[in-house]
Amino acid sequence: MPQWIAACEADDIDPEDVIPFEHDGSDYAIYRSPDDVYYATDGHCTHEKTLLCDGLVMGGVIECPKHNGRFDYTSGKALGAPVLTDVRTYPTKVLDGTVYIEVG
Amino acid sequence: MPGMTPAPAIVIAGAGECGTRAAFALREEGWDGRVILAGTEPSPPYERPALSKTGELKPICDSGALRQADITFWPGTEAAGLDTAAHVLVLADGRRLPYRSLLLATGARARRPEFGGAPVRVLRTHADSVTLRGRLTPGRRVAVIGGGFIGLELASSAVALGCAVTVIELGPRLMGRAVPARVAAVMAQRHVAAGVDIRCGTGVTGLTQTPSGVTITLAEGGTVEADVVVAGVGAAPETSLAEAAGINTADGIAVDAHFATSAPDVFAAGDCCRYPHPLYGDRPVRLESWRAAQEHGAAAARAMLGGTEPYAGVPWFWTDQHDYTLQVAGLTDTASGEVVRERPDGTEIWFGLADGGRLVAAAAAGPGNSVARDIRLAEMLIARRAAPDPAALADPGVALKSVLRSPVAG
Repeated sequence: MPQWIAACEADDIDPEDVIPFEHDGSDYAIYRSPDDVYYATDGHCTHEKTLLCDGLVMGGVIECPKHNGRFDYTSGKALGAPVLTDVRTYPTKVLDGTVYIEVG
Repeated sequence: MPGMTPAPAIVIAGAGECGTRAAFALREEGWDGRVILAGTEPSPPYERPALSKTGELKPICDSGALRQADITFWPGTEAAGLDTAAHVLVLADGRRLPYRSLLLATGARARRPEFGGAPVRVLRTHADSVTLRGRLTPGRRVAVIGGGFIGLELASSAVALGCAVTVIELGPRLMGRAVPARVAAVMAQRHVAAGVDIRCGTGVTGLTQTPSGVTITLAEGGTVEADVVVAGVGAAPETSLAEAAGINTADGIAVDAHFATSAPDVFAAGDCCRYPHPLYGDRPVRLESWRAAQEHGAAAARAMLGGTEPYAGVPWFWTDQHDYTLQVAGLTDTASGEVVRERPDGTEIWFGLADGGRLVAAAAAGPGNSVARDIRLAEMLIARRAAPDPAALADPGVALKSVLRSPVAG
């Protein structure tokens, strides 16, 4: 069953940045875009099991800290070698200053 | 192929990270002619060295991906000669393979010191990895000769597998070739905390097989007892094919910034080549790193198809040891000054500045991937030939992203 989970406060994340979030044994990455829109993806890169939250966010792109695989975190799209598989994204919403993601 | 005279292919000799990336990049760049990817090892393209985790072979791509990209893959294929005038690669089985363009992505081989008296293992190929891993069982005493990246990754893996590890390094400290002293010291401390016995400033004069193992005699006196002796003392570029064909080499196959060798339509890229680096006054560099291999392969593919952009990627690599990662961007030995940023989490970021203040290198070691973001931003500054304000670099309160975006850096 899909459910909305409170992931963090809106100002826990700087603009154009990412933080980790763990829920029920799963890792997620929560993003705040330069224009303050929130996004969520799986926590790990699809190339190797590296946490994306240690990577660099530039504009709408997250880059894996290990092999520089890049994803559009707004759509999950893999942007070229070495990442060949898109990263899964999750819906987000902000209510009263709290960021929620829909998982499950 | 009897009865057929196919148009000459683009042939890639070497199916490691560089050659394989080049093959796919040719397709991505729109080349629709034949691509032959010939590797000397029996396995499909794989990432090396494969000891640090499970010891399993980690493929770069599967046969489906090769088929889908219409890349003809020949495993177990040795080249015996190269006729550059005729544009023909001669294979060990006698076949003559005409090429339109040839990419030598022959890589490097582990240097193997010969002491006599007892065997010394190395780690380069999957076969090396399988052999070695079988010997790294709990309680075994492992001596690692060489305190560079491979040696220290080996030490870290061996400790994780329950071995008692001694690292013997000839130089005064670990990773002396490419890592600044204070960053290397962070890693050295982590090794000591993990129980690794580090012996710097001492050479090895001989090995003696004993009933219970191997006795290593140290130049400074004293001995180390081990069950397994493994060397990580660097890699030598695989240049023999090029040399025999009269192609210019100088500790690596000499290429220009487009990976072109001295022979027409013959290119070389990855660990086997030495190329002039535009960011460092065209100083000839030879790199051994995952990302360089990838980027060289892609850049060489573009050059083979007529691309004219010189390759200027910032040298960058990482090494994982225990639960720490060390990353280096740029060429540390081109720095004449240094600035250190002490982050609130206790991690230090080292910046190397050239005369005139240009940022030319950065390095750091810390838990997990905690240093990755700062080193990546430093790398972008290096690529721009930026001369950032040293006070801003040193101040952990100033985000490096804002330094990157300041007009001074642009």
